Amino acid sequence: MKLGKFLFAAAAVTALSTGASAGTLDDVKAKGFVQCGVTTGLAGFGAPNDQGEWAGFDVDFCRAMAAAIFGDAAQVKYTPTTSKERFTALQSGEIDVLARNTTWTFSRDVNLGFEFVGVNYYDGQGFMVRKSLGVTSAKELDGASVCIQTGTTTELNLADYFRTNGMSYESVVIETSAEGRGVYEEERCDVYTTDASGLAAQRSTMADPSEHIILPEIISKEPLGPLVRHGDNQWGDIARWTLGAMIVAEELGVTSANAEEMASTSKNPEILRLLGGEGDMGAQLGLPADWAKNIIMQVGNYGESFERNLGTTTPLALERGLNALWTDGGILYAPPMR
Amino acid sequence: MATQSIDGPKRGSLLSDQRTRAIVFQALAFFLVAVFFIYIGTNTARNLEALGISTGFGFLDSPAGYDVAMSLIPYTATDTHGRVFFVGLLNTLSVAVTGIIAATILGVILGVLRLSKNWLVSKLVYWYVEVVRNVPLLLQILFWYGVLLGLPRVRDAIPVFETMFLSNRGFYLPRPVPGDGIGLIIIAFFVAVIAIPIIARAARKRQEQTGQIFPVFWTSAALIIGLPALAAIVTGFPLTFDYPEKGGFNFKGGMVLRPEFVALWFSLSIYTAGFIAEIVRAGIQAVSHGQTEAAFSLGLKPNWTMRMIVLPQALRVIVPPLTSQYLNLTKNSSLAIAIGYPDLVSTFGGTSLNQTGQAIEIIMMTMLVYLTISLLISMLMNYYNKRIALVER
Repeated sequence: MKLGKFLFAAAAVTALSTGASAGTLDDVKAKGFVQCGVTTGLAGFGAPNDQGEWAGFDVDFCRAMAAAIFGDAAQVKYTPTTSKERFTALQSGEIDVLARNTTWTFSRDVNLGFEFVGVNYYDGQGFMVRKSLGVTSAKELDGASVCIQTGTTTELNLADYFRTNGMSYESVVIETSAEGRGVYEEERCDVYTTDASGLAAQRSTMADPSEHIILPEIISKEPLGPLVRHGDNQWGDIARWTLGAMIVAEELGVTSANAEEMASTSKNPEILRLLGGEGDMGAQLGLPADWAKNIIMQVGNYGESFERNLGTTTPLALERGLNALWTDGGILYAPPMR
Repeated sequence: MATQSIDGPKRGSLLSDQRTRAIVFQALAFFLVAVFFIYIGTNTARNLEALGISTGFGFLDSPAGYDVAMSLIPYTATDTHGRVFFVGLLNTLSVAVTGIIAATILGVILGVLRLSKNWLVSKLVYWYVEVVRNVPLLLQILFWYGVLLGLPRVRDAIPVFETMFLSNRGFYLPRPVPGDGIGLIIIAFFVAVIAIPIIARAARKRQEQTGQIFPVFWTSAALIIGLPALAAIVTGFPLTFDYPEKGGFNFKGGMVLRPEFVALWFSLSIYTAGFIAEIVRAGIQAVSHGQTEAAFSLGLKPNWTMRMIVLPQALRVIVPPLTSQYLNLTKNSSLAIAIGYPDLVSTFGGTSLNQTGQAIEIIMMTMLVYLTISLLISMLMNYYNKRIALVER
C-alpha cells in the first residue's frame, strides 16, 4: 500500500524529464494554484474545519503564498502527507511547497535537497502521559511504552534521550497523528511523544483533555518551518519573504484590519515599502506590487495567524513563548525588508 | 518466438523470410527496452544531481539512530542502517514463515472438513471461506489489532497459569534460560531428527520385501520426545525460566508476543487459510471417484485410502496454486506498516528511508529482497512438485 506510494513517487522522480528546479513560479501561475503539502490532520496546524476546508497555522502559510502570487488566498490545493511521505512528495514535484510542522535539520537541508525558508514555530520535543500514572518527570519513564510517529526527528531524539539517561523503553510506531491518538487512548502505550505544540494539539482532541499532562522536560530543539526544493531560488525567495512579510507586519503593527488604511495614510517608509506604496519589492520577486498587502489583508500578520489557530483562545491554548517577537522577549525575528 | 509458416521457410528475399524477420523484430524489441532503461537510469541520475540529492549505498554504514521494538538479532540505536535491514528482514521472515505454517495446517484441515458429510461442519467451513476471502486483508489486520488492543490494560492483565499474562501490550511468557548441558539436549533432538528418515526408509524397504508394517509415526514421536527428555534427565534439567513480573509501567523479564505481531500473523494465517482450504478441496475433488471405489473394493480402510490413494494424487493439483498462496502471504506481510509491526518495509523501507532520504536505493533493495524471497519459495515448491509429480514410464 504505502510501498506503492513510494514507488509511484520514486517513479515520478525518474519521470521528470525537465529538471524540476527552474520556473516553479511560472508553473504555479500557469496552473492557477499553489500545491501545498500539509499534515494528514493536526488540530491548529493543519486540519479540515467543520466546513471541510483546510485551516490552521501551517495552512495559513500556504494561503499567504497564494495571496502573494494570485492576490487570492483561496488558490491553494492541499496534499495531505504523512511524516514519511512528505519529503518524497516535495522531491518529486508533487507539491510546490511543504508547510507541515517540519523540523529544520542539517541533513534535510543539505542531503535531501531542500531549502528551509525560515522558522514559523520554535518548538521542542515533549512527553504526554496520563495523569493517573503519577509521573511528574520524563526521568521517571524507564521501561515505559512510547507511542511515536514514524519518519520524524522525534524518533531519533527519543532514542538519544533514553540512551543518555540510561533508561529503556518500548517504541510503538504509528503512521499518522490520528492513529497515534487512538493507540494512546487504548493505553497501548504510556507515553505519547512529539513536538510540544503537537502534544497540545493532540491533547485538545482527546476524549477528556484534563486526564493528560505534558511533562516539563523539553528534550530537543525543533525549529519548524516551511520548505521548498533546492535549485529554484526565485521560488525559495517568495516563500522566505512570504513568511518574512507576515512577521515584519506584526513588528510594524500592520494587521488585516488596518492594512488598507495604512497603505494610503502611513508616513512610515518601511510600512509603505511593505504594502507596495514605495519601491518595487513585488516586481523583484516576480509578484504584483501589493503582494504583501494581500497576504496581510487576507491571512493576517504572524500574530493574527498564531492567535487564530494556536493562541490562548483556542483549544490548544499555546502561549507565544519563544515565538513572541524579539522585541517582546521571544526569538521571532525577520530580516529587514529593504 | 520464431514461427515457421505452414509451407516451410521461403528462401526468397531476406525480408520475406519469417525466421529472419522474427530475429530482427526481437533484436529491435530488445534494443528499445535497453534504450528505455538507459534513458530512465541516466535521467534519474541527472535529476537527482540537479536537486542536490546524494546517492549511493554509503548510508548503510551510518548509524540508524532509532530503536526497533522487536528484533531477533541484537540491535541498538547506535547500529547501522545496514543492520536495520537485517532486523527488518528477519521480522518479515518470521511472520511469513510462522504464517505459512499456520495457514497450511489450518487450510488443509478446513479443506478436508469442507468435504465432510456433516452438513453443519461443511456449511460452517463454507461460510468461513467466503467471509475470509472476501473481506480485504488490510481491514482484517486492523480489525484483529483493534480486538487485541481491546484486551485488558497492562495493570489489569489476565494471569494464565500464574506465570503468563495477557494484556493489550502483548502476551507475556516465561523466557527459557539455558543452563550448562543444554547442548546435549539439542544434540539429542537433532539425532532424533536425523534418525527418523533413516528409520522411515528402512521400514519402507522392509514392507516392500516382507509386507510387514513398522509403526514409523509412533516410533518417530517417541524418538523426538524421548531422546531429548532422556538427555534432560541425564544432565539434570539444565533449563530455568525467567518469569515476567509486574514492574513499573510494563512487565519486566520474561518474553512478550506483541499485539502487532500476533494481529499480523493471525490475520495473514486465517486469510490465506481460506484460499488454501479451497485449493485443498479442489485438489481432493480432482481425484476421480473411481480411485476411491477401486481402493475400497481392494479392501483398503477409508483412512488409508485418503493417505495412500487420494492425497498423493491430489497433491499434484494442490502444490502449484499453493505456491502462489505462499508468495501472496509473504508479500502481504508488508501490510505490517498499517499497525506498526517492524517488518522490512516499515523499518528499513520506512524509517531508514525517511531519515536518509535514499528512496531509490532503499526501495530497490526492498524490492530485490521480496523478489529473492519469492523466487526461493517458488524454487523450493517447484522442487517439491517435481518430486511428487506423476512419473510416467
